[in-house]
Amino acid sequence: METTPDKQDLERLEAVAGNGLLDRRAFLRSGTAVAGAMMGYTFVRSAAAERLAEEPWSLAPGGISRPYEQRSHFEEKIVRTLSNPNGEPRTSHARTPHHLVNGTITPNGLHFTIVHSGTPDIDPDKHRLVIHGLVKRPLVFTLDSLSRYPMVSRFSFVECGGNSAPMFSKEPIQASVQALHGLASCAEWTGVKLSTLLDETGIDAKAKWIVAEGADSLALSRSFPVKKALDDAMIALYQNGERLMPGNGYPMRLLLPGYEGNMNVKFLRRLKLVEQPAMSYYETRTYSQILPNGKAFRFYFLQEVKSFITHPSPGLALRGPGFYEISGIAYSGNGRISKVTVSADGGKSWGEAALQAPLLPKAFTRFRMPWRWDGGPAVLQSRAWDEAGNVQPTRAQFVAERGETKEVPRVLGFPNQHYNSLTSWAVDAKGEVKHVYA
Amino acid sequence: MFMPKPLHAFALAVTLGSGAAVAEGPNLGRPIDPADIAPWDISILPDGTGLPPGGGTPAQGERIFAQKCAMCHGERGKGGVAAAVVGGGPIDRIEAPKTIANFWGYSTTVFDFIRRAMPWQQPRTLTDNEVYALTAFILAENKLIGQNDSMNADTLPKVRMPNRDGFIIRFPDEI
Repeated sequence: METTPDKQDLERLEAVAGNGLLDRRAFLRSGTAVAGAMMGYTFVRSAAAERLAEEPWSLAPGGISRPYEQRSHFEEKIVRTLSNPNGEPRTSHARTPHHLVNGTITPNGLHFTIVHSGTPDIDPDKHRLVIHGLVKRPLVFTLDSLSRYPMVSRFSFVECGGNSAPMFSKEPIQASVQALHGLASCAEWTGVKLSTLLDETGIDAKAKWIVAEGADSLALSRSFPVKKALDDAMIALYQNGERLMPGNGYPMRLLLPGYEGNMNVKFLRRLKLVEQPAMSYYETRTYSQILPNGKAFRFYFLQEVKSFITHPSPGLALRGPGFYEISGIAYSGNGRISKVTVSADGGKSWGEAALQAPLLPKAFTRFRMPWRWDGGPAVLQSRAWDEAGNVQPTRAQFVAERGETKEVPRVLGFPNQHYNSLTSWAVDAKGEVKHVYA
Repeated sequence: MFMPKPLHAFALAVTLGSGAAVAEGPNLGRPIDPADIAPWDISILPDGTGLPPGGGTPAQGERIFAQKCAMCHGERGKGGVAAAVVGGGPIDRIEAPKTIANFWGYSTTVFDFIRRAMPWQQPRTLTDNEVYALTAFILAENKLIGQNDSMNADTLPKVRMPNRDGFIIRFPDEI
C-alpha cells in the first residue's frame, strides 16, 4: 500500500545542506507524510501496488517451530563473502554485508571473522586458560569455572586493523561496502572482566605487558599493556547472548574494546604477564604499517573514529527520484560517537545526521539522514566525531599523512593498515552507486 | 597437569600460609606449578627471555629447511605458495612487502614464530635445536649473520636487525 504524502508537508521540510539533504528531525515533524514517501533501496524495481489478495501462507497453518531458529529461506543469500572458500593454507577472511543488514548489532552468523590457520574445533571441557608470568599465583581456569564468576556485558565493535585497506589505493576500487569495510562488526559480549581474574592471581609490580595466546595451530600471540587489562579488558564467553561462534573464538576470547581486532585473541588459552612486549609476528610485522617516509607505526592499538554510509552503497540502487533515508555506521575506539555529518554534494556542504540511541562507547552507532534525491548526480559522504574530540580525517588530510599506493592493489589485498578516512559514493542519474574519491 | 582436589586444597593452604592475600571473589582458578605450564610457555621476548637451551647452525638449518619448509617457502626460502623468508626490496612505498630482512625489528621473533606456528601442517613438532638451526639458516641467507654463526640463547638476541629503529609507537599514552 502506498500513502500519498501531503505535498505541502514535503515542501515545508527544511533543507540543511546542498543537493537535497533534509533536517534530521524531519521525520518527527512531518510524521507519516515523510515516512510514507520514503523509498527503499533495492536490487530490482518493485511493481506498482495491486489489488490485495490472500496468499497461500495465510490460508493454511504454518510450519513447526525449530529448537534453534533459522532465518527465512528468502534471506539465505545474505551472507558473508569468503576470501579463502577452499581452506587453502593461508588466512581466511569472512566479511560482514553491511549493506544488507541494519541497526547496530551484527548477527552472529554474519559477524566478520579472520582466522590465520583455520578455525579450531575446541572441546570446551578440555579448554584451559592459564594466567602466569609476573603474578603472585599462577592460576588455571576452565570454562566451567569462569562461568561461575561475576560477569559483565558490553556492546563493542571489533575491527580488523586491515579493514578498509582497499581505500589506500591510489584509484577508487569498485567494490561493495562489504568488500571495502566488511572486516568490522559489533556485538554484545558477556564475560568476566580480566581485572577480576588478575585480582586473584595478583600482579607483580614489574609487569607492564601481557602476552595473550590462542589455542589455534599458530598459537597466535599478541602483547597488550597491563593498563588496558585493568581498564576494560574482558574474557568474553558469550556473543549476543549465546556462546561465542567458533570463528569468533569459541570457547573464549580476549576482548579489548576499541583495540585492533587481531589483539582480541581468540581461543584464548594463555596470558603471561611480562616486563616488555613480545614483539610477536603480528605486532612487529603485519599490523605495523609503513608510512610514506619509510618508518612504520607500531602498537597502533586504537581503531580511530570512522564512519561510512551503508544505505545507499554500491549494489543498492535508488528507485527513482524521491525521498530516501541515508544511513550508515560510525564508531570509535576512543569512546562514544558525538556527531556525524553527511554531505550529498561531495563535501561542499554538510548536514548533521540523527544518531540512533543508545550511544555506547566503542560500539557501532547508526546514523540516519533524510534525503530528497532530485534524480541528478550526487556524491554522498559521512564524517564522524568522537567524544574525545577526534574527527574522521578527510581523504586529502589522510593521504597527506599516511600516503596511498603506487599501484592499484587487489580488492582483497592489504596494502596498508588502519584506514579511517571518508568513503564517497557517487549516485548517477540512473540511481546506480559507485565508489569514488571526492 | 592438574592437581587432584586434595592436593589443590593443600597448595592453596600453603599459598595462604605464605602470607599472600587472596582477593575476595570466587577463587575458582587452580594454582599451577610453572613446570606444568612449560609445555605452553613458548613466548620469547626480544631480550631473549624465554629462549630454551640448545642451538643450531645455518648448515644444520639448511638441511631441515629443504626437508620441512621448502615445499611452501620455496627453495632456500625464496618464496613459493607461502611468503619468501629470504630477501626483500627497499621500503619505498606504503605497500612494500615486509620481510625479515627489510622490516622485522627483532631476531627473536623469527625463533618465536617458527617454534609456535611452523611447519604449517605440524606446528610445534620441531625440536628447539631444529628451531635454532632454521633461525640461523634464515638469518644467514638474509646475510644478517655469518654462515658459520651458531644461534643459541646467548647469540640470537644480539643479532641486530636492520630495521630495528624503523618504528614509531603510535599511541604511547595507551602503554
